[in-house]
Amino acid sequence: MPIQVLMPALSPTMEKGNLAKWLKKEGETIKSGDVIAEIETDKATMEVEATDEGTLGKILIPEGTADVAVNTPIATILADGESAADLAEAPAAPAPQPKAADAPAEEAKAEAPQPAAKTPAAPVSEALPDPEIPAGTEMVTQTIREALRDAMAEEMRRDGDVFIMGEEVAEYQGAYKVTQGLLQEFGARRVIDTPITEHGFAGVGVGAAMAGLKPIVEFMTWNFAMQAIDQIINSAAKTLYMSGGQMGCSIVFRGPNGAAARVAAQHSQDYAAWYSQIPGLKVIAPYSAADYKGLLKAAIRDPNPVVFLENEMLYGHTGEVPKLPDFVIPIGKARIARAGKDVTIVSWAMGMSYALKAADELAKEGIEAEVIDLRTIRPMDTETIINSVKKTGRAVTVEEGWQQSGVGSEVAARIMEHAFDYLDAPVARVSGKDVPMPYAANLEKLALPSVAEVVAAAKAVSYR
Amino acid sequence: MATPKKTAAKESGQEKAGSPAEFSKEQELKALRDMLLIRRFEEKAGQLYGMGAIGGFCHLYIGQEAVVVGMQMALKPGDEVITGYRDHGHMLACDMEAKGVMAELTGRRGGYSRGKGGSMHMFSKEKHFYGGHGIVGAQVSLGTGLAFANRYRGNDNVSVTYFGDGAANQGQVYESFNMAELWKLPVIYVIENNRYAMGTAVSRASAQQDFSKRGVSFNIPGKQVDGMDVRAVKAAADEATAWCRGGNGPIILEMQTYRYRGHSMSDPAKYRTREEVEKVRHDQDPIEQVRNRLLATGVSEQDLKAIDAEVREIVNEAADFAQHDPEPDPSELYTDVYR
Repeated sequence: MPIQVLMPALSPTMEKGNLAKWLKKEGETIKSGDVIAEIETDKATMEVEATDEGTLGKILIPEGTADVAVNTPIATILADGESAADLAEAPAAPAPQPKAADAPAEEAKAEAPQPAAKTPAAPVSEALPDPEIPAGTEMVTQTIREALRDAMAEEMRRDGDVFIMGEEVAEYQGAYKVTQGLLQEFGARRVIDTPITEHGFAGVGVGAAMAGLKPIVEFMTWNFAMQAIDQIINSAAKTLYMSGGQMGCSIVFRGPNGAAARVAAQHSQDYAAWYSQIPGLKVIAPYSAADYKGLLKAAIRDPNPVVFLENEMLYGHTGEVPKLPDFVIPIGKARIARAGKDVTIVSWAMGMSYALKAADELAKEGIEAEVIDLRTIRPMDTETIINSVKKTGRAVTVEEGWQQSGVGSEVAARIMEHAFDYLDAPVARVSGKDVPMPYAANLEKLALPSVAEVVAAAKAVSYR
Repeated sequence: MATPKKTAAKESGQEKAGSPAEFSKEQELKALRDMLLIRRFEEKAGQLYGMGAIGGFCHLYIGQEAVVVGMQMALKPGDEVITGYRDHGHMLACDMEAKGVMAELTGRRGGYSRGKGGSMHMFSKEKHFYGGHGIVGAQVSLGTGLAFANRYRGNDNVSVTYFGDGAANQGQVYESFNMAELWKLPVIYVIENNRYAMGTAVSRASAQQDFSKRGVSFNIPGKQVDGMDVRAVKAAADEATAWCRGGNGPIILEMQTYRYRGHSMSDPAKYRTREEVEKVRHDQDPIEQVRNRLLATGVSEQDLKAIDAEVREIVNEAADFAQHDPEPDPSELYTDVYR
């Protein structure tokens, strides 16, 4: 029976890709190991090798097709003795099975366009306009990856002291393709590939910043930055104070943070709480594409050390980014992503995907949740949280990180301090479970927060 | 060459600094004065510590004066200096004011860090002194970053990055060596080998005791230098600065030196004998070497006493200031966290 070639998943977070090119024609003989096609993922162009031998029977997805979902049949291979006539016997293309690995990615799709809902009630998330964006501004649709790249490129054009260093940022075009094109535009002097040496290059960056340059230090992931945390905290965050204000350090440390997909405990950790405890640091963890851009630009301009926490799962997600020559969002201001009167949900970064979906669910049951996207973890916009809680009397925090000493705990404490008399119920925290991140797909899903948990928590604080 | 301790250097094959260039009388006098200032300052700091005027950790530089003074004589304005926590001597050599340094030791508002840094954390942008770092080895990456900035800007400044034999075993030192040579950064790594990392002798902590060879696997040249002879230090520094300014990348200078006092004020120094310390003081003291040469060339004892008197006055004034300057205003608690 003819063998189906499926669209392969070429990275832990890949959901779809473009079929760039067929290197074999229908009827050509294929040996195991032959490169049959080129696939463009959001990170790179990859070659697809045949694992089966035979003849290329039929190309099901022509070259140039964009956004082919993982596991979609793209061709059939005829084994020896089979002919084109046998193609009819090939099983009908099965509906692409969402791989277990994609489970968290599914959760991340809150922003993706939803098919027209049959239930009319639920307002679409992200409905509220950002007050930072002037009404009538033309918007462009971009991936978060592109928004980050544009933010860096714009700031590098603006200020010759801004440069980027990190592993694979230059010639490889970024391990996650975030720095794509920067080497070509700015050259090797300002786009610098480092050895795999986090502690060392973080220190080099801080030293260069002390000398007045404005480095962007990319960590391939924040997990690897634990090797460099001494330089981030002891050197970058504290020097201004220890020097009596003489010598500060304008530097951005950035890279993907938190859980990706199926990469297990050492590669899946949320550091928001860690860095947010440190006076001298600013900590940013955006969710929307516009915030990614506007806040990264603000971070690069900020005269202080900034920890900029990105999310690999969001890199490929698209959103509306204002088409403004200089779109900068102030650090330290939360955004009301969705207005509501019954319960306040406070989240940030990836947590927003659960929060917004949960708000949609709650709306169906008549509970109007107000969803606050903190955007900046330090300095925290307490005022926006408190004003909301004074209105709703109830609050739920949502984060992928752990609960103990987590950011949600800090939010809860502030609510208690500043709005205790307004609370109708204890604040509830939805968080990552108190375990290292497991590898198995089902366990990983359990370890992360879920929409259901947020819905349950919001109902619990509403006594419903 | 007189070294405080026989090391494997003789067989190392690494280049040794040649015989020290002779100093002019003016150079000798300047070296003497600058070294004396450091010594008298440190003696006073030790005294103030004993009186309770200085708190926390206080690491004295006594015995190692020739290293910073000789290095500084080879530098030009704009060259950066960065070091670890045994930093008082470096700051004085960089021409930072004794008053400001001493007042920082006593935690007063007139201190270089307005009383918020203390002995281990002082900076002067004006004098290109980049600290004063309390985490062993951290300054090596930072100093490499200063050199990176020089190369980025295309100036001809050199970063002089000091660290000890103890810090030389930290991992980030080698990460920095690799990048410095890879990118040909103008940095002089000055390893002040005073033979003890706190209480651990070099022989007990270092598989390779010839620190000039610590850059071999990165192709960074190194030299062992008699760090007790200010002329040898200056000569090596001249070569090193020329090497860096010539675009050749980093270079390592192992300064073989000795600290007379304990690691910090609270160190009883049981890990070495009194005789060992006395022998170095007697045979190799960097200040006595210069004094004796000056006397031999006809400078009078009286002239040298005048230098000592001038230095003592600076130190006494600094100590007086540091004890009478007010503590920082309580409002300073919340300033300088962000800018």
